[in-house]
Amino acid sequence: MALQIIFILVAAVTLGAALMTVTSRNLVHSALWLIMSLFGVAVLYVLLNASFLAVAQVVIYIGAIAILIIFGVMMTRRLAIDTSRQINSTWWLAALLSLVFLGGLSWMLSNWDGFWIEAPVMAVNIDPVKQLGAALVAPNLYVLPFELASVLLLAALIGSIIIAYEKR
Amino acid sequence: MTIPLSWYLIFAAALFSVGMFGVLARKNAIAILMGIELMLNAVNVNLVAFWRYRSPENITGQVFAVMVFAVAAAEVAVGLALIISVYRRHKTVVADEINLMKW
Repeated sequence: MALQIIFILVAAVTLGAALMTVTSRNLVHSALWLIMSLFGVAVLYVLLNASFLAVAQVVIYIGAIAILIIFGVMMTRRLAIDTSRQINSTWWLAALLSLVFLGGLSWMLSNWDGFWIEAPVMAVNIDPVKQLGAALVAPNLYVLPFELASVLLLAALIGSIIIAYEKR
Repeated sequence: MTIPLSWYLIFAAALFSVGMFGVLARKNAIAILMGIELMLNAVNVNLVAFWRYRSPENITGQVFAVMVFAVAAAEVAVGLALIISVYRRHKTVVADEINLMKW
């Protein structure tokens, strides 16, 4: 029961913050609401027994990505402090499409047999963090995708430096 | 009483829809990136929820979520570099006004 109350509170806060993110006129406020929303998702990871992902969510999303976005907002500041309309003229079409998408997805999921299943009990002798760490470096599991992800990050790092580099 | 899987799925669907609204309706390119972040988070919640409810003994779901983290970080770094570069040349970050390559 306590878990359910926590879930409902966290989900409501996260969705509210997400709504503020996409509707707020001031982009700095928008970025701060995004941080709150990301934090709510981190709490949901804790509820799902994914402790490593919860920490990674706080470190990577809030610590790196959200800060990067705030930097971007600050560096393009002329529009960030401009509090005129931030949504385009066809926003009602976007809202309609999103609502139709949500309705369609909910309807499709509600027809699925496994929709109301409860969480299976976690075996006490298995530590998901340990398992995840071992799986990421085991040669017969995910060491290759893991290394590919690091190469992708390096390529993105070099690429973004070159793109944003300004010749003096 | 525990939380059924459906709550997570409905929550993720709602978060994805909010992000989709942000991507489709916002004018500012950085705000569009924020919408994309929300959508990626919704997908990640789904991945972890399915891992927990369908196969907690098999860690694949979490590994995939870690990969999504890495791709999201790469995406936002390149996206912001592009936006800053466009801002330097054209003094705008409004997606409608960046029409240099429009025929």
